[in-house]
Amino acid sequence: MYNSIVLVKQVPDTANISGKVMKEDGTVNRSKLPAIFNHEDKVALELALQVKEKYGGKVTAITMGPPRASDILRECLYMGADEVFLISDRKFAGADTLATSYVLSEAINKIGNYHFIFGGRQAIDGDTAQVGPQTADKLNIPQVTYAEQILDIKKNKVTIKRKIDGGHEIVRAALPVLVTVIKEAADPRPFSAKKVMAYKGAKSLTDLEKLTEGNSLLYTDTLIHEYKERNLFISTLTMDDLQLDVDRCGVKGSPTKVHKVESVVLAGGNQTRVEPTKDGIGILIDKLLEDHILG
Amino acid sequence: MPNFFLDNSDLQFHFNKLDIKEVVRITEVDYEEAKKYNYAPVNYEDAIENYRKVLEVTGDLAANFIAGRAADVDIEGATFSDGKVAYAKGTQENLKQLSQADLMGMILPRKYGGLNFPFTIYMMAVETLSRADASLMNVFGLQDIADTIKKFGNEDQRQEFIPKFCTGENTGAMALTEPDAGSDLQAVKLQAYQNDKGQWFLRGVKRFITNGNGEVHLVLARSEAGTKDGRGLSMFVCRTDKTVVIRRIEHKLGIHGSPTCELQFNDTPAQLVGQRKFGLIKYVLDLMFRARMGVSAQALGISQAAYEEAVKYAREREQFGKAIYNIPVIANMLIEMRVMLESNRSLFYSAAKSVDIKEKLEEQIEKLKVEGKSFSEENNRLKQATKIANFLTPISKYTLTESANKISYDALQIHGGTGYMKEFKVERLTRDARITNIYEGTSQLQIVAAAGGVINDVMKEFFEAKEIHEYKGGLTRLANHLKEIREIYLDCLKYVIDKKDTSFQDVAAKDLVELYSYLYIGYLVLDEAEIESKKIFIANRYIINSLANARKNAASIKNELFSDLLHADKILV
Repeated sequence: MYNSIVLVKQVPDTANISGKVMKEDGTVNRSKLPAIFNHEDKVALELALQVKEKYGGKVTAITMGPPRASDILRECLYMGADEVFLISDRKFAGADTLATSYVLSEAINKIGNYHFIFGGRQAIDGDTAQVGPQTADKLNIPQVTYAEQILDIKKNKVTIKRKIDGGHEIVRAALPVLVTVIKEAADPRPFSAKKVMAYKGAKSLTDLEKLTEGNSLLYTDTLIHEYKERNLFISTLTMDDLQLDVDRCGVKGSPTKVHKVESVVLAGGNQTRVEPTKDGIGILIDKLLEDHILG
Repeated sequence: MPNFFLDNSDLQFHFNKLDIKEVVRITEVDYEEAKKYNYAPVNYEDAIENYRKVLEVTGDLAANFIAGRAADVDIEGATFSDGKVAYAKGTQENLKQLSQADLMGMILPRKYGGLNFPFTIYMMAVETLSRADASLMNVFGLQDIADTIKKFGNEDQRQEFIPKFCTGENTGAMALTEPDAGSDLQAVKLQAYQNDKGQWFLRGVKRFITNGNGEVHLVLARSEAGTKDGRGLSMFVCRTDKTVVIRRIEHKLGIHGSPTCELQFNDTPAQLVGQRKFGLIKYVLDLMFRARMGVSAQALGISQAAYEEAVKYAREREQFGKAIYNIPVIANMLIEMRVMLESNRSLFYSAAKSVDIKEKLEEQIEKLKVEGKSFSEENNRLKQATKIANFLTPISKYTLTESANKISYDALQIHGGTGYMKEFKVERLTRDARITNIYEGTSQLQIVAAAGGVINDVMKEFFEAKEIHEYKGGLTRLANHLKEIREIYLDCLKYVIDKKDTSFQDVAAKDLVELYSYLYIGYLVLDEAEIESKKIFIANRYIINSLANARKNAASIKNELFSDLLHADKILV
């Protein structure tokens, strides 16, 4: 039996960017972008489900994000996750990878009882590939990144094939371990119709609060109780639940500062012809050094 | 992300106006199963939400996985070597995903692992999947085999066979056709005999068996030695074992992903399904009923795909300095296709609902019988429902499969020379469409099946109610056209009956059946135009076109067009 915790993230669907999505200053208008399940995280969930099918155990999916991120938690349930947690608090907003990995690692400590933590290699919005490794570091457990295949799990050791430049290597790690996966690692299974029907009504605290807002006959506490009874309550972990250090969360806990966002318009135009001679190449190198492209 | 359920606005229209409350109530036995299964609905709205969500899953698989594999499935096809059939790689992947998604037992009861969905919803799934890959319907659509075992088999048989259909571990085949028994199934020869312990065995050959490589076979066989007609035939179920030999698979024009097998049964142990002698006259007719609807859904999916290819190509292709979409002749063809497609869908989902009502009433009556309660009211309703379903099923099969050929033909035409080349999807669609008006009963046989209802004016009450309904302003003109078509029909009907010539009736049946279908479909699209303004265009063209066609059909009947049949030998020298 091996229990897994899967880190998932809701990201903007960057594959479907249209003209309306980019603002004039070059930033993204998120409200215009449909939100989707980060594909590599789905692969991570698939891998966790395969471990469960082969060895037994439990799969828990967690996400840190705004309330609407409960969408992808429902999708985790549709694929076969046993339990899901939404880690959400206004004070988490604006977190960089450092603050995010702090919150995630504390949430993982709270959930506990795991052998594997799976996550996608990176999310398509930030493309940093830092959250997984930083989380492992904070939990003080080994990490295997760029995993392509789990070859074997025996007792307390896992053997993993991981991708490296120009090939792969096979590594062994002690459990518990954090594994980030690339998209080749597995084909995520489709949603199960039965699970879709069973969990379509799963709701988080915020979802339920919205229901009570428009209806004075409903009380959130009663609803929570009812949804828990029916196994449809998506637990939310907040700052208070995790007893976190406020200075390490959200914008406050994020040393990454965006200096400037530039809208780069790629267009042909000013062309300089460089002759393929020794002198020509020399002129080209000088020009590149001058523009700080080289050196 | 593309989704073949969500992006199909007309299918959405039909889903959103679904009115199947009674069907769902009977299917769900007053929503009792919700206590036992967390995926069973608690009420009608919940059930509809379930259907919507599951069709979304189907639409996602169709658009993002299955459609992309269809070209390779067509090129590779099912293959045969060493007596074994292998699906194309893409078909294998499709079936794996459909099984993982729990979709292989859509209409089967929950207690055997199914989803317990109404037939109408299942048909929407078949349409959606066929749009992506028509040949996949020939495996997915064979859930009907398990459904037949559910209806007519005993409890042991249900428990033995149905669960593995639901998980996708088993697929099935309907082994009906033989070399000398195609359209005429009464001529089936395959022998069924019993040993002294009462065990049944099958011996003989079946041909053109779709998915004959499946693990479970429903076999129509002659159990009454010495008989020659349908009354000597019974239905059997057996598993594939070493006594079932696949002799070959056919090389076909289309639906390459679907293996069509010749099967030899060499003393294969089998179980009798239901009662002896009822094989053809009851069970096969019931099975064919739904299979014909399945093929209609397949045709509808192909039509949708072909129409889309045509519109896309017409928008992209520039000639004479503009997209050919802007050339009136082309735009007219596209509109013609769209009107055909949407009127087809109106007919089809109306027919699917009629099949649902008929089957659910049958179930309800069985239940009342067991409980020892009175069922005379249900029985009266069933009689009427059966008449309507018996009429709408062949009408759908005829109309939708002929349309799929016409729509894919025109879609290829719009592509010009390019469409004739393998590189474009429309070439495959044209080939795939061609089988739909042949198998599960040719178009000619659908006319025969529908003719009885047409001669007896089975929809009389429906039409009379529509004729006194006052349609909104501009629609009155169209309603009047339909009244005129009804007069033409009644006039032609009288002419045909008065002539008292059965040969003439047989050939005139096509024109008469078509006339009747214009009326029925005409009122469907007219009613839709009342609730959805976009449908006014559809109703307008459909009905005006139908009036012109009705006059032509009448001329064929009344101007003695068929009188030369008496001289056939002189003409066909």
